Formats: sequence, structure tokens, C-alpha cells
Amino acid sequence: MGHAVVSPIREPLITGNKTYHQITEDLCRPTETAPGLSWIIAFVISLMFMTFGVFCIAWTIWFGIGSWNLNRTIGWGWDITNFVWWIGIGHAGTLISAILLLFRQKWRTGVNRAAEAMTIFAVMCAALFPGIHVGRAWVVFFFFPYPNTRGPLWVNFNSPLLWDLFAISTYFTISLLFWYTGLVPDFATVRDRAKGIRRKIYSFLSFGWTGSAKHWQRWESLSLVLAGIATPLVLSVHTIVSFDFATSVIPGWHTTIFPPYFVAGAIFSGFAMVLTLMLITRKVLHLEDYITIEHIESMNKVILATGSIVGVAYLTELFVAWYSSYTYEQFAFFNRAVGPYYWSYWGMMACNVITPQLFWSRKMRRSIFWTFLLSIVVNIGMWFERFVIIGTTLARDYLPSSWSYYVPTWVEIGIFLGTIGIFFVLYLLFTRVAPVVAIAEIKHILKSGGNQYVGPHATHVLHEPQHGGQVDHSFMRGDHDANLTAAPLVPVVSDPPNFERTRVEVVEKSNDYDNDGNYIGLKNDLTKVEGIGPKVQEHLNNAGIYTWNQLANTEVNKIKNVLEAQGGVYASMVPGTWPEQAKMAHEGRWDELMKWQDELDGGK
Amino acid sequence: MASRNKEVLFGLYDDENVMMNAVKKAKSDHLEIMDVYSPFPVHGLDPILGLEESRIHQAGFVFGSMGTLTAFLFMTWVFTRDWPVIFGGKPYWSVPAFIPITFELTVLFAGIGMVVTFYTVCGLGPGVEPKTLDDRITDDKFCIAFDTYGQSEDEIENLRGFLTRSGASEVNTKVL
Repeated sequence: MGHAVVSPIREPLITGNKTYHQITEDLCRPTETAPGLSWIIAFVISLMFMTFGVFCIAWTIWFGIGSWNLNRTIGWGWDITNFVWWIGIGHAGTLISAILLLFRQKWRTGVNRAAEAMTIFAVMCAALFPGIHVGRAWVVFFFFPYPNTRGPLWVNFNSPLLWDLFAISTYFTISLLFWYTGLVPDFATVRDRAKGIRRKIYSFLSFGWTGSAKHWQRWESLSLVLAGIATPLVLSVHTIVSFDFATSVIPGWHTTIFPPYFVAGAIFSGFAMVLTLMLITRKVLHLEDYITIEHIESMNKVILATGSIVGVAYLTELFVAWYSSYTYEQFAFFNRAVGPYYWSYWGMMACNVITPQLFWSRKMRRSIFWTFLLSIVVNIGMWFERFVIIGTTLARDYLPSSWSYYVPTWVEIGIFLGTIGIFFVLYLLFTRVAPVVAIAEIKHILKSGGNQYVGPHATHVLHEPQHGGQVDHSFMRGDHDANLTAAPLVPVVSDPPNFERTRVEVVEKSNDYDNDGNYIGLKNDLTKVEGIGPKVQEHLNNAGIYTWNQLANTEVNKIKNVLEAQGGVYASMVPGTWPEQAKMAHEGRWDELMKWQDELDGGK
Repeated sequence: MASRNKEVLFGLYDDENVMMNAVKKAKSDHLEIMDVYSPFPVHGLDPILGLEESRIHQAGFVFGSMGTLTAFLFMTWVFTRDWPVIFGGKPYWSVPAFIPITFELTVLFAGIGMVVTFYTVCGLGPGVEPKTLDDRITDDKFCIAFDTYGQSEDEIENLRGFLTRSGASEVNTKVL
């Protein structure tokens, strides 16, 4: 990807003029330093929630489902609402990793590691509910088709509830494998900086990774194929979850719109949770240079799109209910709006339909405060959506004598809060143990996304030379700015109204080398430096030094090494002043340079 | 696994393009590179090194097909031979109902199979000792390594000179 031409109006994805080493430092630091007070407080609160949740789960298993307020009419309440909510949240991780990888969206690298971790923790929380809502949680392994002494009695492969089991198990496994595959090189980076017991731990976790070219090749191939199979997987998982409802006969459930509606809703709520987490994480861990406003805006655009799809789905349901003239279906929606749960319906509508539309405004999309607020609102709204689907529909189905009302008990509420606790405990631990941003992937996009290479304020200006790589002869003693104002090969793009530009206006290529590894970037006349003749310039070029700027930034020892390797007369050269001279040349301080050169002799 | 130690002569580069150029030159000079290391995958390197395309996706296809067959044939056997039950008035062999689980198991087998294959062929896994040449390779250095076991002083000097001339900021040796 480093050789692609990047459009001059693309905003950078990494800010702060980072080098590879700085990226390593910034992203490994949270794993190497003690947590701050905010982490400790958040961890303690989450741990308290988690403990209470575990207690409520134990209460449920001990005293039975009677400790919940489910009844014959309303067989699913907060349990399945929470289950679908958590699974939905988990979808963003796979979408960011897999689908955005297939669409070559480089911005995913800022958020994919944390989003994948979020998926795994969310699916763990979700999987709790089917496990404990069965009543006899101790025989929950009956779900799995294994040879047994009861016939053998097999499970019902025709039931969506079982499809769910396979879908979620597969989803969890593949997400875990995908996440860990990406983590291995990053764990190796942490390992190589660690000492003592930490080194041993990360050595174990990094599986002996060395960074060999063949391994990287296989790693990329593996990531691509895993992304390719994870994409239909994530679409299938929430489709199958929607089948839990759509394959029934209940009005309000038995609709074919459910699969796309649920999948869009899952992506919608998942991205909202990713934003909630990322906005806090980037602030606390000082990762604003890697999770930029561009990332946030891109995620808000996804929220806008999927939120609109969800809104359209709501309208479609209403329309088809009216158009079908089917009394029960029409009543189902009438009941949602004015029945006993009307407050949840209107809350859902406000949160899910109205609020995402605010993201049409660029100012809102790029505002951290509004993004954070709206991400919370969307999460709440999507919880209400699942509750509306489950609770309101069951409370008022075909037979009025069965109509009932449902309010959760403290046990059910406690379990829900407990899963939130579990989620945040795991996420907080993750931020301290593993790099939150994908280190290797960020380095990979540095040259095509870093703000010194790309964007309106790029400083590392790269020219496409007119004559295919010849030394620039336009320099003359009186014409010092020739290099900077040489006509670019492509006409300069006139500034779009919203962009500020520095005075350098050229088409920026993200790389000086073409696909064959030939140097096609800017070349300066290095012989302007006292002590460098044409032969020495050739040797410097072969060592990758082509411009005054590069020579200015090269250590004298390295120049010495290059010369000594040539042997002969070159080995006795003294390049001590060359970097400084080159710096003057680069900065255009020719009068100074010439004055100094008069004093120098042979560059000594 | 190599049965003898490798005496490795390696050069560290600061920029991946300088390293790629060096690899190109090494190939044209017919120098035998042991391996190239980098902190991230460098695109364009594989054809220069002459690395064949990875066959891991083919392995993925094979594993996936195994998953498809396992799921579909198993469910067919259960519901037609072993214990046929009428569910909702549907036929015993209800293929549409088998599709979700068949798909899931295809993906599961493909994923697990490919990942296990990946670690196996790379020789990586929990407890494997990392054979790193320098700790900075996973940070910001790029490395070209030659195996100089059994080579003469002259040949080693030649390689050293090549590394320095091509822009390596450091040249070191290590026994692996």
C-alpha cells in the first residue's frame, strides 16, 4: 500500500509527525506503566458490578427462574433483550476488522484492535444469558450434539435456537483467532522491550514471532482470508439471531425484514459502543494522534448510515402492517405506540431515529462532546429496541386472556449490571496488558497516512521529477528556490474551500520508490557540499541518501561507514561537516554555506 | 529445524525502502539471503525475495469443505437414518434448515484449520523461543541476514561491505 498515490485532499490518519520508534513508544507505554487513578476507579466500580452480577446469577441458579418475573405469557424478558443487545454490540469489532479490511479502509488500523477485543468481551457477556435462562444451567451442555446414552438423543438442528448456538460459538472462536493473530506481532514488540518476568510472559504470548518476511507474508494472507470468512459470518450471526423471532408466528415478530434490520441495528449499536470506549480510551491513554477526528468522523458516518437503515426498517414495518390489512399485525404496532409500554417505544424512536440524523452535520460528526453523548443515547436506544420487540409483543399477543405485564426483578437487573461490570473489567485489563492500537498495522500505514507525508500540511514534500530520476540541474547559484517551485508533473489542485494549505502545493506521492524499488523521488546535487565529488555522491545514493535533507539527518558515523566500505581514497575522507553543510543547502542558506566553504578545505 | 547453529551476519536499516533496494542489489549480485526481518509487512518485498505465494488460503478452502461435509452429512444422517422426527410438518431431510449450521461449521473449520496451519508451518506457538537477531527489529529497524556458516573470511568481508555500502546503519553478527 506504500506505493499507491494518495489524493492530496486526504486528511492524515496519524498526526504528530511520528517515527516508527515513536509509534512503538506511544502504543506500548500503557502496558509498561502503572495505571492512573481513573483506571483504578473505573476498575473497582466495574469489579463491584461484576461481583454483584455473579451473586445474582448464583441466586438465579439456586432459586430458579422463579426469581425472575417471567411468566407463561412473557417467556422472554430482560434476559433475551440483554442477550441480543450484547451480541449486537459485538458486531462492530468484526465489521471494523474484517469488512473494512476488505474495503481497504486504512483508518480501521486506529481502532481495530480495541474493537475486536470489545467483540470478544461482548460475546462472552451475551453467551451468559442463554446459559442461565434455561433453568437447569448444570445440564446446559445438552445443547451440543455429542454421542450420549439417551438414545443417543440429538438436538433439533432445525431450530433457530440451535442455529444460534453454532453461530455464536463460531463467531466467538473466529473473532478470538482473528484478534490473537493480529496481536502476536504486537506482543513480540512488547516482548522485545521487556525485561525479567514480563519478558517471559510476553515471549510466551508472542509465540516466538521474529518478523521474518515469509511469516509476514503468511500472516497477511491469513488475515485476509479470515476477514473474508468473518464477513459473511458476522452477517449470518445476527441474521440467525433475528430468526429466533422471525421464524415464529407472533405478530410483530414474523416478518422478513428482521434479518437486514437486525444486522444494520447490530452494526449501529456496535459502532456506538466502540465510539464510547474509544473516546475515553484515546483521552486517558493519550492516543489522540492515532485515533484522530478522522477516525471518529468515519465511524459517525457508519452510524448515520446504519441508523438510517434502522429507521427505514421501522417505517417499513409500519407500512407493511397497514398495507397487509392483517388485524393482528396492525394491532401489534398500534399497541407499541399507545399500549402499556408506550414509553419504551417512543424512547426507542427518539434515540434511534432522530439522534443519528444529527450526524448529517459535519460539525456534529467532528465534535467529541456530541459524539460521546450520542453514542450513549444510541446504546440506550438499541437496548429499548430489543425490549420493545420482545416485551411489548409478548405482553399483547393473539389471546387477550393471556395478556400480561412484565417488570424485571432486582435479580434480573443485577445480572444486566453484572454483565456491564464483566465487560468493563475485561476491557480495562485488556488496555493494560495488550497494546490497544495495532502497532504493526499503524507502522504499515505511516508513510501513506502520517501527517508529515499526507494532507494539506505535509512537510515531507515529494516531487515527481520531470525527467524520470535524473539529478536536478535547475539549481544555480542565484536561483535557490528552483527545487521548491519546479512545476509539478500534475497540475496543482485548486484549494477546496475548507482546506488551509501551506505554501507548498504539490502532488504528494507517499513514496520515493516505484514498484521495482527504483528511486524516483527528489534528488539534490550533493556535490554542492564541500568534500563530495560525483563518485562520492554515487556511493551515497547507493546507500539511500539522495537529498540534502537526508544527508543532513544522517549521522557522521554512518557516512563514514559507507565511505570506508568503498575502501581506497574514500576511507580516508572526513565527512564531519557534511551533514551541517547539507542542512544549510536544504534550508537555502547559500551565502552562509559559501562563506563557510571558503574556510573549509576538502570538507574538513 | 536446523541441526547446526547458524552464524548470522546481519545489517540493520532505518528505512524500508533502503532495505528493499539493498535486497534487490543482493539478488542481482547473487548473494544468498538467509532472511529479511521487519517490524511490519513490507509490500513489494516478496517478489524481490522470490518468495512463493502462501498456500494458506488453499488450506483454508480444504478445511472449509471438510466442515461443510461434516455438518451436512451428519445432520442428514441424524434426521434420516438415526432418529427421524417430524418438526413442524417439514420433511425429514429439510435442506434449507440445514444451511445455517452447515455454513457456520464451514467457517469454523476453515478458521481453526488455517490458524493452526499458520502456526505450524511458521514454527510458532506457545513456548517457542524467539530466534530474534536484535530487539529493535520489532521496533523500527529492518534487517537483512546472511548465514555465514562455513564461509571464508573474504566472503564474509564481502558481505559486510555489501551491507554497509547499501546503507545499513549497523552490521552485527549473532549465532542462532
